[in-house]
Amino acid sequence: MLKRLREHKSLQGTLLVSPALLWMIALLIIPLILVVITSFGQRDPDGNVIYGFSFDNYVRLTGTTDTCQNLGDYLNGAWQMIIGSEARTCFDPLYVQILWRSVLIAIETTALVIVMGYPLAYFVARAPIKRRSTLLFLILIPLWTNFVIRVYAWIRILRAFDILYTPGAVLIGMIYEFLPFMILPMYTSLEKIDPSLYEASADLGANSLRTFLRVTLPLSMPGVVAGTILVFVPVMGTFVVSDILGGKQFVLIGNLIQSQFLSARDPTFGSAASILLMVMTLIVMIFYTRKFGFGEEVIVG
Amino acid sequence: MGELAVELRDVVKEFSDSEQIREVVAAVNHVSLQIHDGEFFSLLGPSGCGKTTSLRMIAGFELPTSGDVLIQGKPMGRTPPFQRPVNTVFQNYALFPHMTIGQNVAFGLEMKGVPKAEIGPRVQEALAMVRLPGYDKRKPRQLSGGQQQRVALARALVNRPAVLLLDEPLGALDLKLRKEMQLELKTLQREVGITFIYVTHDQEEALTMSDRIAVMNRGKVLQVGNSSDIYETPNCRFVADFIGEMNFIKGIIQAQAGRSATVGLDGGLTVHARCEQSIAAGTEISVAVRPEKMNIDSSAKMDNEFQGRVVSIVYIGTDTHYGIRLAGDQLVRVREQNNTPGSRPLASEGAEVKVSFAAEAARVLTA
Ligand SMILES: Nc1ncnc2c1ncn2[C@@H]1O[C@H](COP(=O)(O)OP(=O)(O)OP(=O)(O)O)[C@@H](O)[C@H]1O
Ligand SMILES: [Mg+2]
Repeated sequence: MLKRLREHKSLQGTLLVSPALLWMIALLIIPLILVVITSFGQRDPDGNVIYGFSFDNYVRLTGTTDTCQNLGDYLNGAWQMIIGSEARTCFDPLYVQILWRSVLIAIETTALVIVMGYPLAYFVARAPIKRRSTLLFLILIPLWTNFVIRVYAWIRILRAFDILYTPGAVLIGMIYEFLPFMILPMYTSLEKIDPSLYEASADLGANSLRTFLRVTLPLSMPGVVAGTILVFVPVMGTFVVSDILGGKQFVLIGNLIQSQFLSARDPTFGSAASILLMVMTLIVMIFYTRKFGFGEEVIVG
Repeated sequence: MGELAVELRDVVKEFSDSEQIREVVAAVNHVSLQIHDGEFFSLLGPSGCGKTTSLRMIAGFELPTSGDVLIQGKPMGRTPPFQRPVNTVFQNYALFPHMTIGQNVAFGLEMKGVPKAEIGPRVQEALAMVRLPGYDKRKPRQLSGGQQQRVALARALVNRPAVLLLDEPLGALDLKLRKEMQLELKTLQREVGITFIYVTHDQEEALTMSDRIAVMNRGKVLQVGNSSDIYETPNCRFVADFIGEMNFIKGIIQAQAGRSATVGLDGGLTVHARCEQSIAAGTEISVAVRPEKMNIDSSAKMDNEFQGRVVSIVYIGTDTHYGIRLAGDQLVRVREQNNTPGSRPLASEGAEVKVSFAAEAARVLTA
């Protein structure tokens, strides 16, 4: 048995991936299939799921109302909404607004976290080796405290500035929560840049700014890309920050899903919203990674 | 030789280790050098002697603690690297991994603001010069070590610097490629006529390539001269020992007349040797003689002739090395060329032989 294992590389591979694979199948693939099935079901008045095959939940997410007869009516309604007309026949903007808000805050958070995190990551990567671990440690310390507690702590601060329960409050909370996840991959790729490349650049006549634009920035892009994926995807789905800091007005798709499962007791609609979230995240990420790659150089090295 | 390309005036570089404040290391210790225009100048010395530090001060990556660096007669002061008329070939090549070979070579020209139309041809010309035409679309990692080394060279030379600084540029190559590149570099340097300052710890490399060599040890320059100066007339024991093979025979000065000295050895022997400085009689010194300058059982009459017993014979093809114990128990190595067809050893182990050498071939070295 052992002898066969030693001889067969593919068998070794199977053995090495199988724990993770089994875990993923049991806790990711199977639940996902269940969510897909549920999303096509209906809820009976008692809150039980009646399994079936209906697109009703998805149609509801698009904001199509009962008065709608065809796609033309719907698009017209959506257009009326966009140009700010009051004639809202056939279109309920509620869910579309939630989706739009979620995408927007994910983009805003990611962009701001890049802008704020990059200088810090650069600073840490260029610090003397002995000091780097201390600095990284300081960046990671906040993560030791429970996520929810940290967000709660912001309530007091934001209230003091009188901006609690505003979109700005949610943005601040998001940036705070996700900054470390951007800094770490950016640090990794900045730290890997051979310092002699900076010297070579200076030697060839480039001043600091040009060295940054032509050498540092392109070589650290994998870290920025990896960080973007690590931040954008969770921000799209999170509900804790908006729940605690955003108030009732500021609903993200994560909050919608949560409320459907817990308070509204409509798992079928919640499942449909989850699938929509996944698909949207996937689409954004496909466009993004087509353009920039996965940042695999940082992860794989 | 004409103008000075680079001059170091009493340059000192100290690195203060922040952890151990009491210990201040002088990496370069009062070094003065004059490097002429168009010269192939080597800095040679063992690891840690301050070669790289000296080069980095010329490039501007380090600033001297005291003293001046002058390039083309101009004091550099705190001039940053990107404003100095020198370019560096780094030991690890330091090619930009995200750029193609063409972009790497064009980088310096772009930074200088050379017109676009001129950059293309000059890049091609530089790549042709290092025998890599048509490689401009490749990425550095698709090239072998030797090819990357040449790209690094092209990237520096394309800027037509006043001085090219090379820090052990052949260090990572295998022996055969190294020898090839040594020749190529030397030829290239003659062609372009740019001053090369070349750092190496390989004495053979320095001897074959350089117009002049500065031998360094512990942050100091011990001797500056051309290859044969350094080899034939080393001025101290360190240089004598570091370059080539050398026999050191301990002795005491008995008498000195001008440049020739009589040295007494253990066992009542005396040696006649050349002596550059005047040394008081009775001083303990070493007599340095190259193994190839000694002869076994030679019929020619020499200033120094000793009886000895052969204790070892090593045949290495072109030469045979003999270990011979002299009457006063001194062990010397003698190297005889195998220059006759089917050479046979001149002596066998245990044989009594006569070892002889000229007084001119022996040098008195203190310390
Ligand atoms: N940045 C630095 N900080 C502290 N000490 C340094 C620094 N750079 C060099 N040194 C010390 O200065 C001395 C000379 O170093 P240098 O790199 O010039 O040697 P080298 O002659 O180039 O040696 P090698 O042949 O090994 O490259 C060494 O003792 C080294 O430890
Ligand atoms: Mg060095």
